[in-house]
Amino acid sequence: MWIYEKKLEYPVKVDTTNPALAQMIMEQFGGADGELAAGIRYLTQRFVMPTKESIAILTDVGTEELAHWEIIETLVWKLVKDAPLDKIKGTPFEAHFAAHGRSPFPGNAGGHPWTAAYIQSKDDPITNLYEDMAAEQKARSTYEYLIQLSDDPGVTDTLKFLREREVVHFQRFGEALMGVQEYKDTKKYL
Amino acid sequence: MIEDNKENYGEVNSEHTNYEDLLLEIQKFEFATVDLNLFLDTHPDNQRALNDYNMYTVELSKLKKEYRLKFGPLANFGSAPSMSPWQWVETPWPWEV
Repeated sequence: MWIYEKKLEYPVKVDTTNPALAQMIMEQFGGADGELAAGIRYLTQRFVMPTKESIAILTDVGTEELAHWEIIETLVWKLVKDAPLDKIKGTPFEAHFAAHGRSPFPGNAGGHPWTAAYIQSKDDPITNLYEDMAAEQKARSTYEYLIQLSDDPGVTDTLKFLREREVVHFQRFGEALMGVQEYKDTKKYL
Repeated sequence: MIEDNKENYGEVNSEHTNYEDLLLEIQKFEFATVDLNLFLDTHPDNQRALNDYNMYTVELSKLKKEYRLKFGPLANFGSAPSMSPWQWVETPWPWEV
């Protein structure tokens, strides 16, 4: 099971109200390479992993992704919660407002709702781990685009933390993949 | 080994009267345990990382106890006892601070 801690993994300090930036950051809230997709992907794939190390890393990175999802949700919320209507009209957030008001909703920057079609899970640990490493790189790229779009120093600081975590997760998945490959080699001649 | 690491990372200041200061200190120490946890998942025999993990865990539990006594429970579902009335609904949610 999971236990909720009433705190964020990393502080979220937002200096401005900025609905347009909030809409772009939703790419990591409900987009194909976002934190929700990452968490659901790893927590689904872990059942078919053959080594204790790979089961542990998918469980723990999957759990950390849910904490990142909460950070992204907080970022988006703080950027829009006090936005007056005239700061919403005419921005990319206006379509979101028409459907959800200021409430968070897991969709991407373009407004498409999150779907499990963004992820894959196969009874093949090598396939899964390659997908996971690619997912971490795609998320790193997305954070780099978002950092370029952000003109809010507090938002940028949090985005930089999240980008660094993608690099660390990629590294850990690579190590897990090597372990799985070694394990498969030992099975070859049995 | 553990003593050496303490000198490198500094002792925990056990007197955080301010909510934000204590929360930030918990975030720092818990982040260290998260990152070391992931490293240990794929390097279970790394003794240095394990020593660091255990050191941070001890300090983190002290900080969490201090938080609970001053501000209420940080986690629910039996992680800590509550004073009356039920404290879980009183303390701020992460997006409120």
